[in-house]
Amino acid sequence: MKNLKWFVLAAVCILFAVSWFAKASGGDGVDNSVLDAFLVTLAAFLTLAIMSFLYQDNPYYKFAEHLFVGVSAAYWMCLGFWSTVVGNLFPRISEGLSNFFLVPYQPGPLNFFFAIPIILGILLLMRLSPKGGWLSRWPLAFIVGTTAGLNFVRYLRSDFVKQISSTFVPLVVDWQGFGHFFSNISLTAGGPLVMMLTNLVIFIGVFCGIVYFFFSKEHTGVFGKASRVGIWILMITFGASFGYTVMGRISLLVGRLTFLFTDWLGIIG
Amino acid sequence: MVHNNVGVIITLLVIAGGLVWLLVRSFRGKEIDRRVIFLFIMVSVAAPLLATITFKFTATPIVEALYDKIEALPEGSTVLLSFDFDPAMAPEVQPMANVVTRHCLEKNIKIVFMCLWATGQGQLEITLDQVLRRDFAHKIDGVDYVNMGYKAGNEGVLNVIVTDFEKMFPTDVNTTPYGDIEILQGVNSCKDMDLIVSFGGGRPGIKEWILFVGDPTGVPSAGGVAAVVAPQLYPYYPRQLMGLLGGIKGAAEYESHFRERHPNHADMDTPAIIMMGPQTIAHIVIIAFIIIGNVLFFMNRRRGARS
Repeated sequence: MKNLKWFVLAAVCILFAVSWFAKASGGDGVDNSVLDAFLVTLAAFLTLAIMSFLYQDNPYYKFAEHLFVGVSAAYWMCLGFWSTVVGNLFPRISEGLSNFFLVPYQPGPLNFFFAIPIILGILLLMRLSPKGGWLSRWPLAFIVGTTAGLNFVRYLRSDFVKQISSTFVPLVVDWQGFGHFFSNISLTAGGPLVMMLTNLVIFIGVFCGIVYFFFSKEHTGVFGKASRVGIWILMITFGASFGYTVMGRISLLVGRLTFLFTDWLGIIG
Repeated sequence: MVHNNVGVIITLLVIAGGLVWLLVRSFRGKEIDRRVIFLFIMVSVAAPLLATITFKFTATPIVEALYDKIEALPEGSTVLLSFDFDPAMAPEVQPMANVVTRHCLEKNIKIVFMCLWATGQGQLEITLDQVLRRDFAHKIDGVDYVNMGYKAGNEGVLNVIVTDFEKMFPTDVNTTPYGDIEILQGVNSCKDMDLIVSFGGGRPGIKEWILFVGDPTGVPSAGGVAAVVAPQLYPYYPRQLMGLLGGIKGAAEYESHFRERHPNHADMDTPAIIMMGPQTIAHIVIIAFIIIGNVLFFMNRRRGARS
């Protein structure tokens, strides 16, 4: 069994080298530099390593997973430093630092409030210290508190008040009598019939959905039937969400296969 | 409408044959390994890609609303495009970003690019390469478009730029000072934008744009999002969200609609339309699996009741 692992590793290494050589030598009809060929081959092998999890858990999958997490974290941190600390902070506090990092200095009176994010940023990194780890809770508390405060007002306005107002829709749209309605009946999305049906579904859906979550009264009789409709509305909503999720996951697979077939193997144009 | 009939027939025959084999095997009471199902999905996605099966799409009202909005914007309007996604979402969201960017450039609309995700900057570069530098090379950086890059802070960034854009973005991505960028003359905050479009699928994304910018300022907001979050955003349409491209289907509808109405872009890349072929076949296979599973479930239950 141990020999098999080494055999598989050797096979993967040989295949990698062959692929790299084939890409670099223009075997797929495209002129690649040695570095480009290496990067495409590496990306292809990492894709296959991740997909290999579908067969069973294995060291190649774990390597690719850990590499992905590490690279992502490092990428976010580097870009955060260069775009925010170098891009926004240094130009406002020091001409020397601005010149060193080649960003335009913004002269003005020194604002001591800029010391706060510097201190909080340093405290956040204390997480890495075995003894001073508790200090990182202060900036985390600040982040959580600020986000909660900002979101509270915005959510109250957009997700509560505005959503309630969006639910008050007219059940009768563009009504000019039965004669006009039946003579101009159409199934276009913006037509009165479709709009009326849409608004009716919204009204019934919201009403019955709320009834389902009203537990102060026993769900029997008309109330129980409305609650039952509420369950159906919820199930249809979950089904739609699941359908969209499936579509999203298939798209990701299509994306990776397109990469393998196009950039790596070059079998589709 | 299917454009490659031979490819479709071969693909469907292969998949249908496999499904019949599975059905027969299941009737005989044999277990099916989950890896067989993975293999089926792989084949049903790979075969249409290799056979290039494509379909024609008609834009739904929610997609058409964004198209019509951009179409109606006068020349010289300013649109903010925010790239709030990462490579994991790129297969779905990049085609949306590309086609909307192409549409804006075609209409001579000025574009302010920015990102709320660090990874968005790399995705933005891909769009600039695939659309702007390839087909609109005459457009000038700083005059017709500007890349403001990424800023950390999620909702904090939006909370600042809703009143003062320069405070958060003192320079563009090339460190050109805000005051020297021609396209930004007269743009003090997001309120000065004619349209905001966010491409994403996570947090922060279009939802945060609605909450922190769209609703407080009244600037029309639209989005292109990964399918996973699309159902959560439909309730905002049409009052808080004027248009939405949901998943790869939304992107394919927009590509189809745009190409049909702009014949000079007939030969543009249409990755979303190409991706919808495998999507359709894969969905047929999944539906077949659900039907087979349910048939077997009820059969087994009946057998159990009899015995």
